[in-house]
Parts: sequence; C-alpha cells; structure tokens
Amino acid sequence: MDRRNFLNLAALGGGAVFVSSLPGCANLGATGKAANADFYFVQLSDVHWGYQGPANPDASVTLGKAVVAVNALAVQPDFVVFTGDLTHTTDDPIERRRRLREFRQIVADLKVKDVRFMPGEHDASLDRGAAFMEFFGATHYTFDHKGVHFIALDNVSDPGAKIGDEQLAWLEADLAKLDKAAPIVILTHRPLFDLAPKWDWATRDGAKAMQILMPYQNVTVFYGHIHQENHQMTGHIAHHSAKSLIFPLPAPGSQEKRTPLPWDPATPYKGLGFREVATSPQTAACTLNEFGLERS
Amino acid sequence: MSALPRRRALIRLGGILATAGTAVLMARYSQAEDPIGRVIEIEARRFRYSPNEIIVKQGEVVILTFRAVDFTHGFSVPDLNVRVDLIAGQITPVRLQPITVGRFPFLCDNFCGDGHEEMHGTLTVEA
Repeated sequence: MDRRNFLNLAALGGGAVFVSSLPGCANLGATGKAANADFYFVQLSDVHWGYQGPANPDASVTLGKAVVAVNALAVQPDFVVFTGDLTHTTDDPIERRRRLREFRQIVADLKVKDVRFMPGEHDASLDRGAAFMEFFGATHYTFDHKGVHFIALDNVSDPGAKIGDEQLAWLEADLAKLDKAAPIVILTHRPLFDLAPKWDWATRDGAKAMQILMPYQNVTVFYGHIHQENHQMTGHIAHHSAKSLIFPLPAPGSQEKRTPLPWDPATPYKGLGFREVATSPQTAACTLNEFGLERS
Repeated sequence: MSALPRRRALIRLGGILATAGTAVLMARYSQAEDPIGRVIEIEARRFRYSPNEIIVKQGEVVILTFRAVDFTHGFSVPDLNVRVDLIAGQITPVRLQPITVGRFPFLCDNFCGDGHEEMHGTLTVEA
C-alpha cells in the first residue's frame, strides 16, 4: 500500500485524526532494501479483559467492538500487535488463565491472522509471565517484516518493572547483527523513559535499553500502559503510546492520583481506540492514524 | 518491636537503605551508638501503607521502618530520588534527613495486584 492509499484509508475512518510526520518519526529509509514495500500494522493496547468497574460499564463488549472496527478497515493491515495488559490482573491463577483464554477466543475473530501479543504487568507480573507464555509464547522476541526489524521487549514480567540484565544482553546481541541505519521498531508495554515515575509510568532500567538503542539511527518505540496517546523524544528516538480499550487515564502527572477518567454515558468509549502505523522502508515515513472507538 | 530488636534489625538491614538524592541527605549507616533519629513505623500491605501520610520536619533525621507483610512492595519517592524494596516478612529501615520543604508523593513501584495503583501516600516536609 502506498502513502496515497493510506491517506484514503484514513479518510474512510470517519473523522479519524490523521497525524503525519510526527516529530521524531524514524527515518526508515537508507537501508539498502529498496525492494521492500510500504505496509501498515495496527496497534491495540490495554484491553484489561476481566475488568469490572465504573470506569467502563461496557467492559464486556469493548474488545469485541474493537475487533469489529479493525475488521471494518477498508484495507486490512499486514499484522496486528497487542502491546500488553490483555487481561486485568487477578490473584487467582485459574481465573487469570480463563481471562487469557477468553481474550484469545475474542481476538480470533480478527480477519488478520498474523497477530502478535505482548504482556503487560496485569498479565504477567504476579506469576512472572507463566500464564501468558502458556497461551502466547515468549514474552520477548523479534521478527522481521518487509525490511523492518521488530523487537518486542518485556518490561513487565519482573514486578519491579525491569527489563533485566539478561534480556538487555539479548537486546544488545540482536542489535549487533544489524546495520546502524536499519529500520527498527520497538514494541513494549511500559514507557522506556521516565514519563511519570510518581505514577509508576517508567521502566526501572529503561535508561539501559535506551543506551543500547541510541547508536541506531532509525528506531521508533510503540508502547501502551498509560491509556492515552503520548509522543515524546529521547534524542532521535520517538516514543508513541497508544490509547487503551478499557478506560482513559489522565495526562501524565497532571493530578495527584492516576485515577481513570470517569465514564460519560453521553460519550461512551470516548478516549478509547487503536492506531494504524504505516511504515515505509523506502520513503522515510512513519505515519500514525488514530482511531477512536466511539466512532466505530 | 522493642528498642533492641529494632536496633538489631537496623544493623542487619542497613546495607539496603535507600539511595540518596539531591533533595534528601541520607545519614550514613553506622553500627556506632549514635542517635538514630525518630522512628516512624509503617506497615506495607496490599494495597496500602499505614500510615500513608508522613509528616516530618525539615532537617529532622527520621527512620522510616517498613514492615511488608504480604508482598515485596516498593517504596519510591521519585521527587527525592529515593526507592527501596520492602522485602516481605522483613523490617526495612529507610533513614532520611529531608532538607527541602514540600509534599512528596510516594508509591509502591512493585506491581502487587489489583489495587496496586492505589498504593501510595505523601511525605510532607514542614519548615
């Protein structure tokens, strides 16, 4: 799909905000892989399947609405990624697995069958990822798609929000195989930088990961956790957080407590949504297209 | 806890005292019989610190003595660059000498379950 078609797709989104050339979007060109085609993927995040509370009285149907909305896209993405908190946490290991199983059953209705999963702290921190791995495999991994190298980093299986030295060494070894100009997309759950430590919106050893990533010229990070869009730079590396599919949270550090924004029956699903990410290895483009679930 | 076991706990665990930041002076850990400051006992339990409002005087040496009963919670005061793990079943002392007046939020930064997001409090430093 070329850029024009992507713009057309955005228009079909029914008022979707089109964000182009965001500051710091990685230059995905100059890789010597000119044969690679443009493509886009969809990022969904923070489903919290199993949540029950006033912040989303429609929690039992919100994920299904998102699946329908993605399936309704005029041009289907190459793949879909869920960046963590697939389920809402529970102390009960049986209930945790029930929620993971139900989540998996619901997203099986996605037309796109290439779906990547990552854990959030709600999925993985209480059992260090054991249940998640039973359903979805490894909590950190890499894959390549049309010339772009994707790295899924796990900063949640350790309840202390650490990536850990072992995984950091794995990251460094993986990157060492790449050209410094290679297009790299990092997928993770928590922000890798100190966005709002007083709300636990950070990764304790995220600075180490950024230090490892910094020599690479074309790195973009997509994450979740904070239940809203946020766009920040660390040097030349852009960080983009995604909306959630359960309830929005306040702007980082904007108030004393990180309490969910109240559900408004007049505007249900406001603040919830997902995004498309178009990447172009050839034209140095990284284009985000945000979809609000209230429009679907 | 009586004074003697508390002192022994401080000696045993002194090596894991929180890191010092620019806004807080950490008294050096010592096994000498120097005054240890005012002790404030705090229970860390899912999903609450008791008490969760801590008031100290500027320049006062205080020992926050945490007892984590059910989980290895965290104690983090990001504005003061202080954080420590509160090992479940142990007493964890955190010795502080705040030099900056203000209200500083603290939180558990080890994910401890459904309610973790509610486990926080405020350290108030008065002039």
